[in-house]
Amino acid sequence: MSIKKTSLYGTATAATLALTLTACGGGSGGGDASGGTYDKNATVNIGSLYEPQNLDNTAGGGQGVTEALNGNVYEGLFRLTDDGKVEKLLAQDYKVSGDGLTYTFTLRDGVKFHSGKTLTSADVKYSLEKVLADDSQSARKSNLEVVKDVATPDAKTVKVTLSQKSISFVYNLSYVWIINSEAKDLKTSEDGTGPYKLNKWTRGSALSLDRFAGYWGDAAANKQVVFHYYKDATALNNALLTNAVDVVTSEQSPDALDQFKNNQNYKVNDGDSTTKLLLAFNDKAKPFTDVKVRQAVSAAIDDKKLLESVWGGYGKLIGSMVPPTDPWYEDLTKVNAYDTAKAKKLLAEAGYENGFSFTLDTPNYDPHPTAATFIKSQLAKVGITVKINTITPDEWYTKVYKNHDFTATLQEHVNDRDLVWYGNPDFYWGYDNKQVTKWVEQAEEASTTAEQTELLKKVNRQTAEDAASDWLYLYPQIVVASSKLSGYPLNGLNSQFFAYDIKKKG
Amino acid sequence: MARYLLRRLAFLLVSLALASVVLFVLLRMLPGDPANALSSVGASPEQIAAARHSIGSDKPLPEQFAHWIGQLATGDLGTSFVSSLPVAPEVGSRLNVTVPLTLAAFVLAVVIAVPAGFVAAYKRRTWYGALLSGVSQLGIAVPVFWLGMILIAVFALNAGWLPAGGFPPDGWVQPGEAIRSLVLPVVTIALVMSASLIRYVRSATLDVLDSDYLRTARALGSSFGRAMWRHGLRNASVPVISILGIELASTLLGAVVVESVYALPGLGSMLATGIAQHDYPVIQGVLFVSTFAVLVIGFAADLVQRIIDPRLRGRLSGGAR
Repeated sequence: MSIKKTSLYGTATAATLALTLTACGGGSGGGDASGGTYDKNATVNIGSLYEPQNLDNTAGGGQGVTEALNGNVYEGLFRLTDDGKVEKLLAQDYKVSGDGLTYTFTLRDGVKFHSGKTLTSADVKYSLEKVLADDSQSARKSNLEVVKDVATPDAKTVKVTLSQKSISFVYNLSYVWIINSEAKDLKTSEDGTGPYKLNKWTRGSALSLDRFAGYWGDAAANKQVVFHYYKDATALNNALLTNAVDVVTSEQSPDALDQFKNNQNYKVNDGDSTTKLLLAFNDKAKPFTDVKVRQAVSAAIDDKKLLESVWGGYGKLIGSMVPPTDPWYEDLTKVNAYDTAKAKKLLAEAGYENGFSFTLDTPNYDPHPTAATFIKSQLAKVGITVKINTITPDEWYTKVYKNHDFTATLQEHVNDRDLVWYGNPDFYWGYDNKQVTKWVEQAEEASTTAEQTELLKKVNRQTAEDAASDWLYLYPQIVVASSKLSGYPLNGLNSQFFAYDIKKKG
Repeated sequence: MARYLLRRLAFLLVSLALASVVLFVLLRMLPGDPANALSSVGASPEQIAAARHSIGSDKPLPEQFAHWIGQLATGDLGTSFVSSLPVAPEVGSRLNVTVPLTLAAFVLAVVIAVPAGFVAAYKRRTWYGALLSGVSQLGIAVPVFWLGMILIAVFALNAGWLPAGGFPPDGWVQPGEAIRSLVLPVVTIALVMSASLIRYVRSATLDVLDSDYLRTARALGSSFGRAMWRHGLRNASVPVISILGIELASTLLGAVVVESVYALPGLGSMLATGIAQHDYPVIQGVLFVSTFAVLVIGFAADLVQRIIDPRLRGRLSGGAR
């Protein structure tokens, strides 16, 4: 028996070696790496882990539908660019009334839907109302509830009246897809104005988009885009290694990156995401009601070491809720930085010189369990005992998010510009600072973005000083692509993946 | 035979009805509320109640069950909670992957296992007979996903002969591509399946080789080949067929792992996603269809056995020995 066993392991070793060798010399597809031109009729194969549930972003389409269709198939009045700027798209121009309550949008000329119909103000009204409808599952619905009335004085003009000032309104419009008001079956088909139209969606497998000949703007730099969906990261990376896909929208683990990093056929891009890993205290539950305890815990955890162990050199440290792509970003990593001596001192001042113990509600999927174990060992050094309670996402939603029945929890917060949640004392983490709430309200009612930015910077600093939560790190956004590809988005802001500028060498 | 067929058919229907009750009740005992998945972040209790109402999970269980059975009767598997798209067409399109995958793997496994198992028994005292037997024993211990990863590493990543995974988006419209993408998954399943089949074929053959009737046939002057063909094969195939039925059924259900390793859009990956999302209609739909398939396979195996072995014809279930 022992001989046979050895031969089995022998086979395994040989196969592993084969894998390593491939990684060094793979990608033998006939690519001319030196040529500066690109193939205008190329098909770009995109690998992703996020298949849409359906194709309607107001009917629970999920992250995947944003990735595949936002900006590619559907366009908004405005676009959020990959570096976080808001620019006009289907809106040619817009005016805001003196009181900041009325927005008048003029639509771009000559915009056609994929069905051939010309875009009119009625479509914009329909699209806005679709997001606000009772059965809408849009994640942005609550942000747009300031909309009181949508009027269409003529075919090219849309007049929106707000119930209160909202400086983020234009930004929020970048998420509202403009859909043909007569379109049907939006869960499985589409009728947008984007540079691509839907060719075919095979559920569980792939979604292909074809360049739209009647596009109002510059035509897409490739003829076809196919999103290939994978459930398993290894299968996705294998697809990239065998040229079945040209680019992976977002790598979720650093483990596989080495095989691409040392290979000239691939480029590993380290962009900025907006996903933050939080150790969220329940600021209304003892002992985290005491700001000193929160500061002590924040100072006792070596975020850099955690990031290193989870992401191995990728990702960034953040000292607050604000990622670098938000306009009110400031480097606050020095506030409550890693300092165990300070942590012990703060604990003593708070009356916990002998430490304390608390339960950490930990979602059962990566990276939360890893982070929880790390935090447990770090806090043990300052005398704090952590009890890890592993829960499912469903339990997290009910126990933590809805019932606020927790002391501390771990959670990833994916959206950009989500600092404003600290202005809501009813939010799950229970941070209640009247001044901050006021600043957040004032910022939303600001007349200029400069004013808004100034106020939110104050919020940012205050929440950081109060250690409202402990912001462990900012996830990296890693796009790995064949070196034949250029023009793909690097930051993938809010899961968008604009494909129209992607150029592929022939 | 006609009377038997009717009785066996009735048995099939009763099993199906029982299975659907068990399926439905077990699923409802899972913790968690599918309405949570449907509501946007920060949804009010009213909105969650509305979500519950829209999917009918606020109704009493018997009513939900009656509704489901009513739908089944018309071939409707309901609408997914998560995607709000109908389940039946998706099950149908995924069967296009899972059925060819399972059948091809099954046929290949039989082609490997029957001769190999026979040789392992008949030549059990030679070195290669012992080797076959040993390899098959080891093979049973090999996990499917591990074998899959090795085959991918060797034949896709290293040699580049076959795709590492995925299925052409247009499916069988591109038959060449579709077949190429199924080669490695089929081989993976077939190798693992044949490992255990070899064991069964080997022991069934050993039984026959040691049997009195074979010795008698030989004593009456039959050549070994003729005795084996007339008496041995028929006797050996009866237990093997019932194992084949079970193997085929378990392959169909066990495709989850292989489909995940090879990123195939089959029934297994649909089931896995459905479970992760508490999507009852999807889980029910997939399990109902596979249960149905398993019961039909059992039915067919019984029937084949009775045709082969007249001694079984007095019994209801041919699997009993």
